[in-house]
Amino acid sequence: MKANIVIIGGGISGVAIAYNLAKKGMKDIVVFDDNYMTGGATGRCGAGVRQQWGTKGNCIMAKMSVDFFETAQEELQYHRDIEFKQEGYLIVATNKEEDEQFAKNVILQNSVGIPAKQLSLEEALEIVPHLNKDIVTSATFCNTDGHLNPFLMTDAYYHAAKRLGVKFFYNEKVTDIIVENSKITKVITKNYEVITNKVVNAAGGFSYEVGQLAGVELPVYSENHEILVTEPIEKIQGPMVISFSKNIYCQQVPHGSFIMGRSDLDVERGHDIGSTHKFLDEMAKTAVNLLPPLGDLRVIRQWGGSYNVSPDRQPIIGDTDQLEGYYLAVGFSGHGFMFAPMTGLLVSEVILGLPTTIDITDLHIDRFKNNETTEYEHSVV
Amino acid sequence: MNKKDIIICRCEDVSLEDLHNCLEEGYTTFEDIKRILRIGMGPCQGNTCGLLAQREIAKYLKLPLSQVKVHKVRPLITGVKLKAIVENNKNES
Repeated sequence: MKANIVIIGGGISGVAIAYNLAKKGMKDIVVFDDNYMTGGATGRCGAGVRQQWGTKGNCIMAKMSVDFFETAQEELQYHRDIEFKQEGYLIVATNKEEDEQFAKNVILQNSVGIPAKQLSLEEALEIVPHLNKDIVTSATFCNTDGHLNPFLMTDAYYHAAKRLGVKFFYNEKVTDIIVENSKITKVITKNYEVITNKVVNAAGGFSYEVGQLAGVELPVYSENHEILVTEPIEKIQGPMVISFSKNIYCQQVPHGSFIMGRSDLDVERGHDIGSTHKFLDEMAKTAVNLLPPLGDLRVIRQWGGSYNVSPDRQPIIGDTDQLEGYYLAVGFSGHGFMFAPMTGLLVSEVILGLPTTIDITDLHIDRFKNNETTEYEHSVV
Repeated sequence: MNKKDIIICRCEDVSLEDLHNCLEEGYTTFEDIKRILRIGMGPCQGNTCGLLAQREIAKYLKLPLSQVKVHKVRPLITGVKLKAIVENNKNES
């Protein structure tokens, strides 16, 4: 088999890159994934879409991605509902430091057109009445943030890309990338040998290993982040509620169930994506403390998934001087799903040598070269 | 009996017709079908639909039942209230 480009990883980033390349006229695009569709980080994510970030790069990526999600159903001509719900993210502050930081964040967010605003406790309670008012001091709210179904969004991109001629191979693991005279010549999988000189690493939790296959060193690692879901009930909560200090995000999805997650600060780096009682215990305590009525909901399932973490918690997007024809869409640090439309657009522009829609200097891997401190994203759960 | 009226997944209200349509579309593993139709994601966690779906997939792919994987079993085994975990409550009603 011959291909103009091989994309490794058929999660949300991979399918979005494939779709954008095909839409711009590229032929013979091949996507490999070692699992079933959304078997990796995409299908395990918290399904939230937000624009309220603490760095300009993340804010712009998120804002332009939401603009796309608003029209995705039509543009991709998908036959199912992608379940995009824009009822906002309510980010609650629990102390004075957070309150002051959030005020700065809102100014940044507004400067790039994100309609976030700071709210008093009373205003926050009007939006989510069951907040524990003894904990929350203030909040920020952006009404165009929300929820999107990761399985169906990926499937929508997949179908649209397929119609444009992209070839997909799921359950087909890439085992080697052959490099001769500093150029990519072949991609080897379990069942195929593909002659190509371009490769995209969109391998999510396994980005580092896919870098190693071609001798490309990436400053990323993976860690397990756990989530649980409750039984569905009638709608009682519109927006996602997040607290960085309490370490929680919690949203009622259109289906009626509540999805919630938090980070384990002691988690070991690696590919473990198991479920722990520690998470269940801490998650239950945190959720019931911040949102007391949720105590009556039954937990029906918990799972884990990989965050592929970069040094500054911002994605790494673009080419690399380590290897010609090798492109990166890695290190999303837990936010690859909501940034995918921009990932797809920007990576396709870099590959085709077109001017990029936004300046990607701050997202390029070279930002880590001089050991200069880059802008660090603190608004992460 | 009409395939529309035969319920495979009671939690998520998925009919035999939905399942057959999904198979026809090319989603032929339990994990794929689960992500499209929500089958196995409800409170019973696949205890009811697991075997039924497995049988339909086996029939469609003309494979012996033993070669069709069922869904990944995850904790918890049964629904537990969040406050029961918080209070370490022994009485799980």
